[in-house]
Amino acid sequence: MEQKDKHLKVTAIKNGTVLDHIPAESLFKVINILNLSKRPNQITIGSNLDSRSMGKKGIIKISEYFFEDEEIGEIALVAPNATINIIRNYEVVEKRIISIPESFVGIFRCMNPMCVTNHQDIPTKFTTIRERNEVLLLCHYCEKTTDTRNLKIVSKK
Amino acid sequence: MPKNLISIHDFSKKEILHIVEIAADFEKNKSQNILNDKVVACIFFEPSTRTRLSFETAANRLGARVIGFADAANTSIAKGESLKDTIKMVSNYVDIIVIRHPLEGAARYASEVTPVPVINAGDGANQHPTQTLLDIYSINKTQGRLDNLTINMVGDLKYGRTVHSLLQAMSFFSPNFVFTSPDELRMPLEYKRFLEGKGIPYTETRQLSEHLDSSDIIYMTRVQQERFNDPIEYENVKNVYRLEAGMLSNVRDNLKILHPLPRVNEIAADVDDTPYAYYFKQAENGMYVRMAIIAYLLGYR
Ligand SMILES: [Zn+2]
Repeated sequence: MEQKDKHLKVTAIKNGTVLDHIPAESLFKVINILNLSKRPNQITIGSNLDSRSMGKKGIIKISEYFFEDEEIGEIALVAPNATINIIRNYEVVEKRIISIPESFVGIFRCMNPMCVTNHQDIPTKFTTIRERNEVLLLCHYCEKTTDTRNLKIVSKK
Repeated sequence: MPKNLISIHDFSKKEILHIVEIAADFEKNKSQNILNDKVVACIFFEPSTRTRLSFETAANRLGARVIGFADAANTSIAKGESLKDTIKMVSNYVDIIVIRHPLEGAARYASEVTPVPVINAGDGANQHPTQTLLDIYSINKTQGRLDNLTINMVGDLKYGRTVHSLLQAMSFFSPNFVFTSPDELRMPLEYKRFLEGKGIPYTETRQLSEHLDSSDIIYMTRVQQERFNDPIEYENVKNVYRLEAGMLSNVRDNLKILHPLPRVNEIAADVDDTPYAYYFKQAENGMYVRMAIIAYLLGYR
C-alpha cells in the first residue's frame, strides 16, 4: 500500500539511484552532503512524505547516476537507516546498505570554536570512533570530538 | 614526511625514553655545537616568554641560529595573511619550526604544509608536548625511575592540558594516580576511563592534605579564576589548594613538587626552601629536553 502511494507522489525513474527512508529533517543535509545541487542529472526530491515506519520521510531519485560506496557512506551519520535502491529499466536490481566510513574529510564542521579549521580555510578531517553505542568524530587537528547531535555541514563551494 | 612533535601521542614509549636519555647527556654537557649550520624558526603567534626563551636558548646551545617572532601583532599575520602562507614563507629559510598558536590544531596543520619538522610549543588548550616531556624528564631524574610511582595531581584537573598529557604519557609506566581537586575541576571522565581501560589505579579527593604523605610526585597546577561562575567559590578553592611548608612534615624523603609555572599563590614561598621544591629546576630541565627534541627531530641524536 505504501509502495503505491509513493508512486503517486514521486515519479519513477528508468535508470539511476533511489535514496529512500531519509529522516525528513535530514533531507536537505543529504542533498548538501551529496552535492546534488551541482549535479547535471535529472533529480526528483520528495520532502515530508508519509511513511508508515517513520511518520515523515524524504526520498531522492537521481537518474543515470550510481554512487560510489565512499560517496554514499558520507550520509551515514545523518541518515543511517536510509535505503539505497539501484534501478535499471524501472526495476530495483540492487539494494545497498550504508556503512559508516572510518573517516570524513571536508564534510562536517568541528564543534570546537577554537579549532583551527573554524578560522582558516582548511578542510576538516575526522576519524570515526565508537564509544558506548555512540558514534563520535575525532578531529584530526584539535583532537576534540564532535557528536552526531552537533553535526553541521561545511557549505560546499 | 619528516618526524614532528605535535602531540604527546606522536612519540612512542621508546622515543620518550630516548629523549630522556639524550636530555641527560645535554644536561651534563650543556653546549654541543652539533647544529652550527642549522637555522631554527621560533614563530610565536601569541606571546609566551618562558617557553620561547627556553626553546631559543636550547637552539643556541646546539650551535644553531634562531629567527622568528615573539608575537603576531606586528607581522603580516595581523594584516590577514593565512597560517599556511606564513608557514610556507618561513619554511623556505629554516631547517625546523617551533610554533606556538592560540588556535587548537594549528601546529598539526603547520606540519602538513611544510617539508621541515615542526615542534608544537602549545596550540591553545590542546597540546604542549615539550612540557610533558620535561615533566617526565624531571620525574625520572628526581626518582631515578619512571615505573610504579604515585603521582598526585592537584588543582585544575578539568581544563589543565598539562595534567592530561602527563597522565597519558605516564600511563606507559604503571603509575598510581591521586587526583586532588575541587568538585568543579575534577579529572574528566574520558581520562578516568582511559586509565580504567589500562588497569591503572587512581583515587580522587577534595582534601589536599589527604595523600601528601603517600606521594612520590605532587604535580601542582594553577586554579584560574575564570573557571568559576561564582567568585566566592573561587576564593574558597584558591585558599584550600595552597601548599605550605608546614604541610610537608611527614612526606616521603623522595617527594618532589612539580609545577608547570608560572605559579600564582598555590605554592607558598616557604615551600621553595624545602628539599621537596623542584619547580625551578624543572623549568631549567626544559632547556635540555628541548635540545634533545630538536636534535632528535633533525636526525642528529
Ligand atoms: Zn577540531
